[in-house]
Amino acid sequence: MIFLLDILTATLRNATPLVFGVVGETYTERAGILNLGIEGTMYAGAFFGFAATAVTGSLELGILAAIVVGVASGAVMGLFSVTLGTSQHVAGIGLTLGLIGISEFINRLYFGSSEGLRRIESYQLLEPFGPDNIFNQYALTYIAFLVVAPLGWWVLRSTSFGLGIRAVGENPEAADAAGLSVSLYRYAALMIGSALAAVGGAFITLATLGTFTLGIIAGRGWVVIALVIFGRWRIWRGVFGALVFAGVFSLQLRLRILPGWDAVPFELLLALPYLVVIAALAISGRNVEYPGAYLKPYRRD
Amino acid sequence: MVKWRRGATTAGLILLGTFVITAPFIMLAGANPFAAYGEFLVSPLTSRYSGLEVLVSSIPLILTGVSVALAFRAGYWNIGAEGQLLMGAVAGAGVGMLVSDQSRFLVLPIVILAGAAAGALWALVPALLRVKMGIDEVVTTLLLNPVALLIVTALLSGPWADPETGFPESERIAESAQFPILVPRSRLHLGFLVGLAIAGLVWFVLSRTVAGLQVRAVGSGPKAARFAGISVGRTLLTVALASGAIAGIAGASEVSGIQYRLTGGLSAGFGYTGIVVATLGALAMPTVVLAALLLADLNVGAGSAGRVLGVPSQLGDVIQATVLLVTVGVLAYRRYHHKVLKSEVEEAPGEGAVPEVEEVDTS
Repeated sequence: MIFLLDILTATLRNATPLVFGVVGETYTERAGILNLGIEGTMYAGAFFGFAATAVTGSLELGILAAIVVGVASGAVMGLFSVTLGTSQHVAGIGLTLGLIGISEFINRLYFGSSEGLRRIESYQLLEPFGPDNIFNQYALTYIAFLVVAPLGWWVLRSTSFGLGIRAVGENPEAADAAGLSVSLYRYAALMIGSALAAVGGAFITLATLGTFTLGIIAGRGWVVIALVIFGRWRIWRGVFGALVFAGVFSLQLRLRILPGWDAVPFELLLALPYLVVIAALAISGRNVEYPGAYLKPYRRD
Repeated sequence: MVKWRRGATTAGLILLGTFVITAPFIMLAGANPFAAYGEFLVSPLTSRYSGLEVLVSSIPLILTGVSVALAFRAGYWNIGAEGQLLMGAVAGAGVGMLVSDQSRFLVLPIVILAGAAAGALWALVPALLRVKMGIDEVVTTLLLNPVALLIVTALLSGPWADPETGFPESERIAESAQFPILVPRSRLHLGFLVGLAIAGLVWFVLSRTVAGLQVRAVGSGPKAARFAGISVGRTLLTVALASGAIAGIAGASEVSGIQYRLTGGLSAGFGYTGIVVATLGALAMPTVVLAALLLADLNVGAGSAGRVLGVPSQLGDVIQATVLLVTVGVLAYRRYHHKVLKSEVEEAPGEGAVPEVEEVDTS
């Protein structure tokens, strides 16, 4: 029973960065842009969030720094994929490589040479119902599940802004004819999406780890890409996917240390989300409802 | 003539843009940007050993660059070279651990073929999904990269873990499976010749054969290619498998030429750097090889700049990414804002991967 509780608690915690990422990337992809820069954006969010907190001592400034970095990286992705109309995947991969490079460069410059890992005073767990229960989570986890996901869902579904995002991703020609600025909405979606992804990255340094280590994102950005498609570009289905993945991840982490389980190749379990997405794409095949203008730059002729 | 001048202007813009964007980072590290670029680009070429090291580190970049460039030329957006490389490394290491003291002339071709086969196999599923069902390959090829890395980790933490040390490294491959060293007192190995040969072969096929013409036609426009009677599906499938095979050889070459075992850190993101190399080389094989040499020079130079100037070597990664983004940015800008010359249209593959459903012509 305690074991199960432990797993569920860890699941919510490990799902948190993915939920930020999934909500963000859903916005971006709904606007017609596959942002492969998300892996680097999460990485830069994790690093700059940590760096700002290490310098100022304020966690809030750490989050703010992550948001600023996220918005900036969304703007850069916009410059390439929207304004210049380059291929999205090359721009996204370039952005990821660049953001990881910049983070590691500055980390080496300012935090690398000192003795050992530099630690920060990280976020404390909230304990609304006393110790040892599933509600002992970081504030950012509450925000992810109770604010970001529902609000993100509602805005995308029910507001004119959300409609605009979906319109420029589904049929940019029609959106343009109706007087919407395709560029503006795509930039907005990229900035919002990247800011959320960056905060998801910062969660790892500012809450769970309290420090920054190389390779900290470890492919979570790619997991997010997979979950968004797995969720067929619906926020709740994506969040559900994040919970399933985090559940498997948390379970294997705990089973691994138990005697008798050390021979099980848990890595293959961790490969499941990727394989499930590919299988899902294969099974639903042509019926996958990609956003209509997915991967297509828009040019007014 | 005009084409050359345009090319020179483009290259100049790319160099200038990259320098301007990366200079502040160098200054942040307290170094002079001009001195730093001298260290990055020139100093590796000033000693015999570091010059040969440039060639050594160009090997995986030539191979992944050619792999990616070939795929992109056909308009097949293979983002999965990293995974294909890792699977090639697994296969190469597998063969290397299986053989014992057989002849090198027998073993080495098997190692290379095994790497190629594993890379092609890893590329097969996304290629089939694209050709048979019209499922976009960007996502499927990308998502198989972490899966390949997980397979490597699983092997190294389980069945292939070093039995003596328990480290997450496989045991050493047999001597007969190790690439011979080409130049004494260096690490330059057979993989360099393999890389050049493959680049030459791909160049020849693309520019001098009917098959190559078909590949380029599919890349410029699948609809027109189909209208001209080319089987687009079969062309894409062949290109995807060849691209995967070449990336797989890169993995086998790193195992047999450098590491002599399977390790988790075998690839420093070579598959992703291959995208940089291919883009920088404008998807043409001779320039792709040059781009790989340039980035290898930069890698070696970034290492020494770290020691000499105190500029962290990670700046090499920043420069690589910047050069990639500036290149695609400048190319897109010039394509959009200038009247496009006909000669360049033929060079540029179709923009925007619109998956098209194709029936494979099996006749």
